[in-house]
Formats: sequence, structure tokens, C-alpha cells
Amino acid sequence: MPMDQPLHAQGDSAPARPAAVGVGPAAFVPRTRRVPPAQRASAVARLVAAVVVGLVMMFPLYWMVTLAFSPNADVFSRELRIWPSSWTLDNFRTVFGSFPTATWFGNSVVITAIVTVLTVSVNLLAGYAFAELDFRGKGAIFLLVLSTMMIPVQVLMVAQFRLVTELGIYGTFWAVILPSAASAFGIFLARQFIIAIPDELIEAAKVDGAGTLRIFLQIVLPLCRPLIAVLVLLTVMYQWNDFAWPLIALKDSQLFTLPIGLLYLRGQYGADYGAIMALALVSITPIIIMFLAFQKYFVQGLARSGIR
Amino acid sequence: MSAGTSAREESTDTGPPSSPAATYAVQPGRTSRQRRATLTSYGFLGPNLILLGIFLFLPLGWAFLISFQESGGFGASGWVGLENYQRLVADSTFWQSAWNTAVFTLITVPLSLALGLGLAVLMNSVLPARKLFRTLIYLPMVISGVATALMGVLLFDEATGIINKLLREGGLATVPWQSQGSAAFASIILVTLWIRVGFNMVIYLAGLQGISPELYEAARLEGAGSWQQFRYLTVPLVGPSTFFLLIMDVIYSFQVFDTIFVMTGGGPGRSTSVLVTYAYENGFVTRDQSYAAAIGIVIFLLTLAFTAIQWRSNRSRDTAG
Repeated sequence: MPMDQPLHAQGDSAPARPAAVGVGPAAFVPRTRRVPPAQRASAVARLVAAVVVGLVMMFPLYWMVTLAFSPNADVFSRELRIWPSSWTLDNFRTVFGSFPTATWFGNSVVITAIVTVLTVSVNLLAGYAFAELDFRGKGAIFLLVLSTMMIPVQVLMVAQFRLVTELGIYGTFWAVILPSAASAFGIFLARQFIIAIPDELIEAAKVDGAGTLRIFLQIVLPLCRPLIAVLVLLTVMYQWNDFAWPLIALKDSQLFTLPIGLLYLRGQYGADYGAIMALALVSITPIIIMFLAFQKYFVQGLARSGIR
Repeated sequence: MSAGTSAREESTDTGPPSSPAATYAVQPGRTSRQRRATLTSYGFLGPNLILLGIFLFLPLGWAFLISFQESGGFGASGWVGLENYQRLVADSTFWQSAWNTAVFTLITVPLSLALGLGLAVLMNSVLPARKLFRTLIYLPMVISGVATALMGVLLFDEATGIINKLLREGGLATVPWQSQGSAAFASIILVTLWIRVGFNMVIYLAGLQGISPELYEAARLEGAGSWQQFRYLTVPLVGPSTFFLLIMDVIYSFQVFDTIFVMTGGGPGRSTSVLVTYAYENGFVTRDQSYAAAIGIVIFLLTLAFTAIQWRSNRSRDTAG
């Protein structure tokens, strides 16, 4: 499976593919040893390149913040202005005053929290079974479960829509939550992590007569804190940002999540980019704060799971 | 399992006094113990399998059925056999969307790989404030697709967007980002790359950090310049990362929805319509749900074919390597 790769690529110890080195030396042309000034020049060039890249990557975010705090006249004027003519909170007043933004925020929090708790618990249990337990059809079930991760929502959306309608939950939070929690995401990571737990610990517990559930709860789970951190962060990010399915599953604007609210606001206010950017800023701030606080876990998790 | 059994037998005498009873309680025959182990395993798998079964596998089978029915309200729809698929073959918008999906994938994947590797090499070198630069590159990938697409709308707006304002200020011709198909397509590619390079860089950085510095040292002693080191050391040695990214990037590009849906809605005309947005449009805008299900099945089969190819080549790599 593709998710296999980053763990190799991560290569904490072994260099990836030593065999390929043989290609190199034959092609090298001898040259005079490099002198310090050239090195300094290349260091400057690298720094300039990094600054340019940083500016390009940051510019859309900077522009969003700027417009969110700009008066409407700035947004619509045809003259070039990369700084607000005056800072204002008008856009935020509009967004919170004329739209149920606080409710949307709360909806996003509730849906994200329930999906995260559900899917992380369920996938930790499954990851443990795939890592430590022996049962018939293990390999086949593992493949089947993992293969579901590749299926885009657009394949299932019509049938899922009819399913939640038949179940009588269309338009409710559960219509978003249950299909979202049905995800194999995290099983692979959980399995890899739990396999690496020293067998002696588990064997010792078995000797003490602990059952499988007790071993899971008392030995394995406490050792899984870093894993749980990664899974929670990635699930929160994924669910908070999720768009296509909530767009289908929700209908009452009071129940919208922030991304759907953003689209709704755009539908109502058309080109009022100031207000749209204010709401966009509100919607991305929690994830950005979370990312900055836990960057190490995020990066590690993204590199290993291949999600996003 | 057998290792566990022997470990238990060897060490029963060292166990605490309370344990023997529990230890001997699990003796009645190998088969029943196996059965119990299987039951326990399914207990652990159960919640996940139930959720996947109801909300994923059931809709998948259902989608197949719907694609053989006629659209028409709910419930009692007649069977029409392959009619929806025959319509697909004759539908120029479907082919245009498939073509756009392919072009989008063929452009964004190599660019994401090249930019990701370039940035990873840069960010792996000696650089002041390296951590800060890395953070800036990662940031777009954690932001919601709707928000990034709206930022794109804002940057590329023909009349009030900052990019055209800058061009106008510089005395250059402005670009018709919304009214011309290829310009709209380009704007979507640029936003996608902006979101996507961070992920490619993360994977490549991990790959680079697995390469022993001594190799570069040796290459330098042989007199290899930076380009030669990059071409003959770095590129081959990050091969596994490239292979992994190729798969993830193709899947990502193939399934891009939020960016296109919000930025262009598939327009102008059909110039940025892709398979996933066309499926959504049929399912929930024009409400031709059976037709949408048929498009969904095509997307599913393409994903499946790609995953199978990738899986096979992955296996042959593993056995060969």
C-alpha cells in the first residue's frame, strides 16, 4: 500500500537506497576545490531564494488578513493598495451581526469533536487488532479496510445521501458525523505504532492473567500517547476543513459548519470580499493556532499517513 | 500466539500468586482457544467494520445499483440497464471533464514533485531561520479548501483582484482569469500548487534526512559540483519518496474538488469542469442522481485501476529491491 512508503522514506536509521550510489562517481568530473567567497555567495543566494518563497507562500494569507480589516471602499477601488487605508472591524461586525457565525463556529466544534472521538477510538481498537491479535482473514480484511481510503466522496455521495435520508437523519449533525467517522484513516498508523511496542510488556501482562481488553486499556493505550496526539490533530484538521460531504448532508443554515457557512455568506454577499475574508479568517484561525502549537506532531503525522 | 504460549509456560512459577487460576482457565484445547481469540479480535474490529459496512460498503454497492436505474425522484425507479453509461459515452461534457482531469493531473503532479524537491533541498541546507521558512511553506496545507479557494478568488478576481491590479500598475496587460478558459485553468493550478508543495516538501525532507552526509562528502572530494551532487546523488536516493508522492499527488489531483467548486464552479463554460465536480453537479444541482452515480462509478473504477497498478509496481519494486 502507498502508506507504506513514508515509513521507509522516513528512514530514521538506514539510508534509503544505497545501491543507487554506484551511478554517481563515474559521472563526476574533477574540478578545483571550492573557495570560501563562492560558498558565501551560494549562502546568500539560498537565503534570497528562501525569502522569496516565504513571501510568495505568505502573500495570500497576508492579503486575506488585510482585506478582512479593510473598509469596503478599499476592496472595490481599482487602485492598488497593499495596506488598509484605515483598520476597521466592520467586516467582523457584519459577519457576526448578520450571520449566525457564532453558531456555525459552535457547530464545527461539536461535529469535529464527536467525529474525532469516535473515529480515533474505533481506529485505535482496529489498529490494535491488526497489530497484536491473530485471526482468520486478517491480511485480506486489512487490505479491504485500507483500500477504502482511496475512494473519494463523489463516488458515494448519491447513495450516502439516500442512506442518511432513509435513516431519517438527513440534515442533522449525525448525517455529517456517522459517514465521516466511518473512515479507515489512522488504522495503518495505529498498527505500525502498536507493532513497535516491545512484546515483553504484553507477554508480561498475559502472564499476569490480563485479558486482551485489559492489556489494551492498561498497557497499550498509555504507551500510545504520541500516536493518539497525531491521530487527534490530523482528524481535527481534516474534519474542521471538510467541505463536500457536509455541503450535501446539511440543509438548515443554523446547522452549517464554518466552511459551508463561508460558501453561504459568499452566496448572499457576492463580492463583499471584506466580509468573506473576515469569516475565512475566523474559520482558519483555530487550525493555524493548533498547527503552530503542535507543528512537530502534524508534520510527522502528515509525512507518515500521506493524508492531504 | 505460539510464542506467547511457551513464554507463559516457562514463567508460570515467577507469576504472582493470583495468576495461576487465570492461566489454567485458558487451557481447554487449541481450537476453542483459537475461536475465542478470533471472537476477541472481531470484538476489537467490530466498531470499525460496522461503521465502514453501513456508511461505506453499503453505499458503494448501492451506487452501482442506482447507476443502473433511471433518475426520477425517490424510491421506485425503473431499471434502465446501461442507459446511463451509454449517455456518458455520448456526453461531450463528460469527456471534456475527463480530459480536464487528465490535463490537470499531468500538469500539477510533476510541478508539485519538482517544487517539493527543490524546496526540500533548499530547506535542508544551512539557512538562517530555517524553521520559520519551513513553517511558512507548511501553512497552506492545514487551511480548509474553501478558505484557500476564496483566497484564490480574491487574488485572481479580474476587476478587483490584487494580481490584475499589480499588472495594471506595472503597465502590463491584465489576465482574464474568469472569462477565459485557459487563464481560469491556470489560476486553479497555481492555487493547487500553493496548497500542495508543503506536503511534497515534508516527504522529501524526510527522504533527504535519511541520506548519509558522508556520500556528499565523498562526492565533493571527487570534485562533484552542486548540480552533479543533486542529479546523481539526491534524485536517485529520494526515489522511494518520489514514488510515494507520485501516488498521493495523482490521487489528490484526480479528486480535486473544493478548489474548483469554489473558485470557478467548473467555468467559464466547461473549461475547468473535472469528473468530481461534474458528478456533484449532476447529483445535487440538476438532480440527475442516477447519472451522477454512473459518473461516480467511473471515478471509482479509475481509482481502483490506478491503485492496482501502483500496488503491483510497489510489490515488484519490493521484491526486486
